[in-house]
Amino acid sequence: MTPELFLQYLFAGITYGIIYAIVAIGFNIIYNTTGIINFAQGEFVMLGGMIAITMHNFMPIPLAIVVAVLITMVVGALIEMVFIRWLDSPSVLRMIIITIGISILAREVALHIWGESVRALPYFIGNEVTSVTIFGARISPQVLWVIGVCSLMVAGLSLFFKFTSLGREMRACAANRRAAILCGINAKNMVTLSFVLSAGIGAVAGCVMSPITYSDYSMGPNLAIKGFTVAILGGLGNSLAAVAAGLLLGIIEAFSISVLPLAFQDAIATSILLLILFIRPHGLFGSSEAASLKEF
Amino acid sequence: MKRVLNSVLTVVISFCLVAGFSPASVAKAENIKVGAILAVTGGASFLGGPEARTLEMMVEEINAKGGVNGKKIDLIIKDSGANPEKAISFTKQLIEEDKVFAIIGPSTSGETMKIKNIVEEAKMILVSCAAAEVIVNPVAKYVFKTPQKDSHAVEKIYRTMQLMKIKKIAVLAGNTGFGKAGKGQLEKMATEYGIEVVMTEVYDKKATDLSAVVAKLMANKDIQAVVNWSIVPAQGILAKNMRQAGWDVPLFQSHGFGNVKYIEAGGAAAEGIIFPAGRLLIANSLAEDNPQKQLLVRYLIDYEKKYPDDKVSTFGGHAYDALTILVAAIEKAGTTTDREKVRDAIENLKGVAGTAGVFNFSPEDHNGLDLSSFEMLTVKDGKFAIYNQ
Repeated sequence: MTPELFLQYLFAGITYGIIYAIVAIGFNIIYNTTGIINFAQGEFVMLGGMIAITMHNFMPIPLAIVVAVLITMVVGALIEMVFIRWLDSPSVLRMIIITIGISILAREVALHIWGESVRALPYFIGNEVTSVTIFGARISPQVLWVIGVCSLMVAGLSLFFKFTSLGREMRACAANRRAAILCGINAKNMVTLSFVLSAGIGAVAGCVMSPITYSDYSMGPNLAIKGFTVAILGGLGNSLAAVAAGLLLGIIEAFSISVLPLAFQDAIATSILLLILFIRPHGLFGSSEAASLKEF
Repeated sequence: MKRVLNSVLTVVISFCLVAGFSPASVAKAENIKVGAILAVTGGASFLGGPEARTLEMMVEEINAKGGVNGKKIDLIIKDSGANPEKAISFTKQLIEEDKVFAIIGPSTSGETMKIKNIVEEAKMILVSCAAAEVIVNPVAKYVFKTPQKDSHAVEKIYRTMQLMKIKKIAVLAGNTGFGKAGKGQLEKMATEYGIEVVMTEVYDKKATDLSAVVAKLMANKDIQAVVNWSIVPAQGILAKNMRQAGWDVPLFQSHGFGNVKYIEAGGAAAEGIIFPAGRLLIANSLAEDNPQKQLLVRYLIDYEKKYPDDKVSTFGGHAYDALTILVAAIEKAGTTTDREKVRDAIENLKGVAGTAGVFNFSPEDHNGLDLSSFEMLTVKDGKFAIYNQ
């Protein structure tokens, strides 16, 4: 394999990987405050992309993206308030079924609003054939946008959870909900906030990836499966681990193409998920002791 | 918890009831009932969506003009979501409960093959909107189809390649019935035209990025052209990934590329794509004496006027042809009740201009189209144009 080809695969892998990682982080944020997996996470990504595309008819791209992200965040908040907030200590199974229901509902609504056709935002820089050369490998500038924006979001989230009081309150809810409530933290608001946050980052990802992958009403579940794999692979609840796991999965997928037929690409992700569930159910970077204390 | 469960159950049951008593089943008896099983939603919705819209538009127009043989058409559209199991149960429902006169659809080849025997046993006329050749080869007495054949599309592509002196190609296909059938035809017919398929790859129909596989193919310097046999969005994604990687070999697509939206989605990367298609996409640039011209232009204008958000595509055209053929046969047979007579009439239709071509049916040919129904098209300045070597 020539160095150029190696880099070409590597960049393809990083692009897949970072997108998976963002979806996985969305899972993690909600998991941390509620202990559930929100299977509608892929729909946030879809909504972000689709709303931005519609808004782009009326305004320039940057503004369209901001509006789309804000609308998706409001949708995230509404979903939490309507479907989750009023439940009194619901069981994990019930919550999961609710989020699956929300995901189906969101898809059907999107189908009625936008129809079945595939859309895309225009490239932020250049057009469909523009490419930049990095050490002999040619990639689209949009790939750099995806990598850049997603890295910024990960960094921003880490800082938010570490250094702001709001972030610390959310982490407190994650660590011990009852103790957090006793300290005067409004746990219900933190749950709403977690939905808003994960809807927001999902929407941003949906916007920056739209020129590369296109957007349509049914893109959510596929992303959710990959994101879920990555979240499990890294260890549920750990966002930095999700980035590492996402990149790992993306790069494995990309390089697998060089030796295996392309058709096996998705089988690889699923096999990894199964392997991890059998061998290290707490994930590559998670601790088994911590995992055993959790309900799910 | 129990109360919640009960209320959920109630909602579910009432939904089922509502769905069961759709207005279609209480339609007036004297009208001609035409069933349509189309993938209006789901993975093949880009086929079923335009097909359903086209049928609704046509039926409205036919009924406004007084119907066929003085009887109005009742159109019953069932959304299969491209799911063969649903297609089967809808077929049974249309035959046994709705007692339709004929069925149009399904949209996809996989679904059509699943219901082929059911309609054959029920002696129900089926005019499929799906492309695969196996639907009408071997011929089933009651099954017809309107899209052009795969083998004709492949033949057109290979002839163009011969003119371009292309000998070694790579074949990419989506993992759908359409993709698999096309890949099979491409591999089967290659040697006949002195072409060697050097590499083949199959990808998921929901693939969102193909840059890694492009890198793999590009590393093989022998490849002179790429043929892609799939459905959107992969068609556009492949074009983008190839051009971004700086790979400028000719890209051929199947007749599944026939929608202006795919050009929009592909943008600058779609320029120069070569593919076979019916003449609908270039209707305005056809010669005035072309037998299809008038009909194509009218369909195009009517459709885009009624559905301003949508662009006309060859897929909606397949449904247009299906209903046109059915109506022509009913008129020719002069009956709206005798299914056998209408079936015989379809088999003997000659020279019926449709969107896909001029149909000449016979007892041996239930597709009725020949090679001339295809035109090689290319994308030029964001529009479809006739491809000239």
